[in-house]
Amino acid sequence: MTVRLHRRGFVTGTAALSAALWAPRPGRAAAAMDFDEARHLLSRTAFGATPAEIRAIEALDYPAAVDQLLATFRPTAATAAPGWANDGLGALRDQQKAMAKVTADGRAVQVQPPLQEQGRELRNWWIEEMLATDQPLVERMVLFWHNHFTSSLTKTYYPGSLYRQNEMFRASAFGNFATLLKSVARDPAMLLYLDGVRNVARQPNENFARELLELFTLGEGHYTESDIKAAARAFTGWSVDRETGRFVERAGQHDDGEKTFLGQTGRFGGDEIIAILLKHPRTAETIVEKMWREFVSLTPDPAAVKRLAAPFRDGGYELKPLLRALLLQPALRDPANRGALIKSPVDLIVGTVRVLGLPVPEKTQLARMMQGLGQSLFNPPNVKGWAGGESWITAYTLLQRQQILRRIVEATTVASMEGMGGRRMDRRQAQPAMEDTQQMMEPRPVEGRSLRNSSGAARLGPTLLGVDAATLSKTLLPFAPIDAVETGGAPGAVVAAALLDPAYQLK
Amino acid sequence: MTSRTLILVELRGGNDGLNTVIPYADPLYRELRGSIALPRERTLQLDERVGLHDKLEPLMDSWKAGDFAILQGVGYPYQNRSHFRSIEIWDTASASGQTLSEGWIAQAFQGTALSKGAGVDGIVVDTNSVPLTGPSLRTIVMQDAENFLRQAQAMKTTPAMADGGNPALRHLLNVRHEVNAAAAGLRDKLRDTPPPAFAYGKETGLPSQLDLTTRLVVARVPVVAIKVALGGFDTHANQTPTHERLLAVLATNLVILRKNLMAAGRWNDVLVMTYSEFGRRVRPNASGGTDHGSAAPQFVFGGGVKGGLYGAYPPLADLRDGDLKHTVDFRGVFASVARGCWGLQRDFGQRQPQRLDFLA
Repeated sequence: MTVRLHRRGFVTGTAALSAALWAPRPGRAAAAMDFDEARHLLSRTAFGATPAEIRAIEALDYPAAVDQLLATFRPTAATAAPGWANDGLGALRDQQKAMAKVTADGRAVQVQPPLQEQGRELRNWWIEEMLATDQPLVERMVLFWHNHFTSSLTKTYYPGSLYRQNEMFRASAFGNFATLLKSVARDPAMLLYLDGVRNVARQPNENFARELLELFTLGEGHYTESDIKAAARAFTGWSVDRETGRFVERAGQHDDGEKTFLGQTGRFGGDEIIAILLKHPRTAETIVEKMWREFVSLTPDPAAVKRLAAPFRDGGYELKPLLRALLLQPALRDPANRGALIKSPVDLIVGTVRVLGLPVPEKTQLARMMQGLGQSLFNPPNVKGWAGGESWITAYTLLQRQQILRRIVEATTVASMEGMGGRRMDRRQAQPAMEDTQQMMEPRPVEGRSLRNSSGAARLGPTLLGVDAATLSKTLLPFAPIDAVETGGAPGAVVAAALLDPAYQLK
Repeated sequence: MTSRTLILVELRGGNDGLNTVIPYADPLYRELRGSIALPRERTLQLDERVGLHDKLEPLMDSWKAGDFAILQGVGYPYQNRSHFRSIEIWDTASASGQTLSEGWIAQAFQGTALSKGAGVDGIVVDTNSVPLTGPSLRTIVMQDAENFLRQAQAMKTTPAMADGGNPALRHLLNVRHEVNAAAAGLRDKLRDTPPPAFAYGKETGLPSQLDLTTRLVVARVPVVAIKVALGGFDTHANQTPTHERLLAVLATNLVILRKNLMAAGRWNDVLVMTYSEFGRRVRPNASGGTDHGSAAPQFVFGGGVKGGLYGAYPPLADLRDGDLKHTVDFRGVFASVARGCWGLQRDFGQRQPQRLDFLA
């Protein structure tokens, strides 16, 4: 291991003195973090961190840094929405029809089918927002909810609904889980994804009810099949308008009869079911466990989960206090916890592009890399979402990750990385030829600058320019490199070695 | 010791067994299934009671040749209807209320000394590696042999280095070590293997997975199992066109696998077995689909297989909550495979597993 900066020891001594004699200097807090701890906090709450971002908070004490992360909140994305974002279902159908006519006439007009094209634009929009946002923790929460209340393009066939669901997650990022759960049950993308639109009194469809209990709230083993049937009946009639694509309640399709759900009996509707679920202690525990795995470690501490879940539920499911308490957990701050989480494909790709300051005018390539690594945004593999954790790294994905990073090392703009991922990844694209036509035709900047052999700092992007070798390594890796690589101390070579080190896969 | 490679074919999402192997002679079939019942004239008769869906017609050669066994009514007590939980139950050979972490194939090899020659014991060509996951097996996930070897070459070997008690890092280094060892073992074997004699279909997924499977088997890579998957069986709405398409993909490609391995003289050395997390409910839902059900048939193929029907078709007149009652416990099937494929006596937690005699 490298020799770490034990600045904290020094500061503690000063702080003891300060407390007795004078107020702490405004620049540096009494119990300031050091570079490594500041980096650790940002690695869990942002998408990678640049040396400047780490230095901006290292002088704060840890709780103050957490409060700062939670202090500002903008409920909408900074990136402009795609033009079709608020189109109704009727408008989408009309576009599809118009498109069909063009091809039926046999005209050689190359037009993207709206569904594929909108899906591509939607992914690019979100990646752009993750790269550009000034509140990365909010985007992390949006991603968390996307992986909890899953919905996919391949099932809904309605990108506009996924866009609006994403905006709903953003608006609730630091908001209230109870409110969010009620909104999710009425969310058109969810109603399409889990067949709520087919859930009618005459023949209930249990899909949403089952996942509501199994995955969204209680978890397996805390309900019976008859609870699922009762819940399904309670949500009958909650549907999506065929023209506007918005939520609609169809009274004629609602089963108004008596239901027995988790031991309670009444003529329940959907909101009553949700209210009962919110009173159940498992609901808060399910959310806390999942957030623990997202932010703290792969193995939630059951006692700590209970300690966090009770006030979360009793306090009416406010997310900000929960996030604050979670980020202050000693288990998260423990130096042994640094690098104990495996980066998701989104972490890896967005984080690398941000920290290296790579110019990426066109985001489609980034979306493809994520897909190749097993995380296609807006297309989770199933309703359980991405399993994450150790499952991100298999022989296959580890090789893919190394290949992507090797290419990033070789070419300092992502746009020049043609043929990324090889045939395999292209074949899995829904419409590879179509998706390629637009970007592949444009001339690309092929710079051919290689980080690996560069001796000067000039080849690094603005985020890393002028940073010394030791700091570069401490910025990019959670701990000392695993592989001993002779870099000669040249910044470009240090960055290249760090990106290809196994420790770079961890956060 | 018997040693065959198991080729495990997961039918992801819950295959509708009732429209795969059809109890056509039972009038209840038409009555209960209504709009999604397969017409009698489209049923390929296997005996006086059951028949195959006509989209499975390519498999009839294998049936007539006697190397195709159908295991009827396979399931387990206290059926769990969650996809994730039920596939986990199957993949880990657990009881319904029990959680196990190791895959059933890894369990079968606990305490055995596998030859360390190839550097790899199991290969997963799809994405779910649970059946092959456990400390007794060195399993790798690989979706393209060429890429795998090219990329493995560029990866460093793991130095003898402590992981500092960090489980994430330990996992990462283990995977890297497996890749290196596997690549070393596979490189020479795959280098001179020609492409399969008969080309697989153009659909994504299963066909290319079976192509790679063929190369591995023909190259005599000595693995205990290779796993592939076909997804899309979760047919909650408008089931018929989707299910028929999937059955056709399955049948046409499995029959190509059979032809390829026969041509290469390897058909006697494999056992091909399908499985799915559950069958589907007997009555269709209002959307022309079916919801999660219980017992379903499994298909088994191979040169050493004694063809025919095994187990009893669950009676349609005796349902539990609208679902079939299983007649064969899947752990008995696994016990039969462990013995017939690898010569291992395993009971998978059952006191007296009901073995089926489908392997010579």
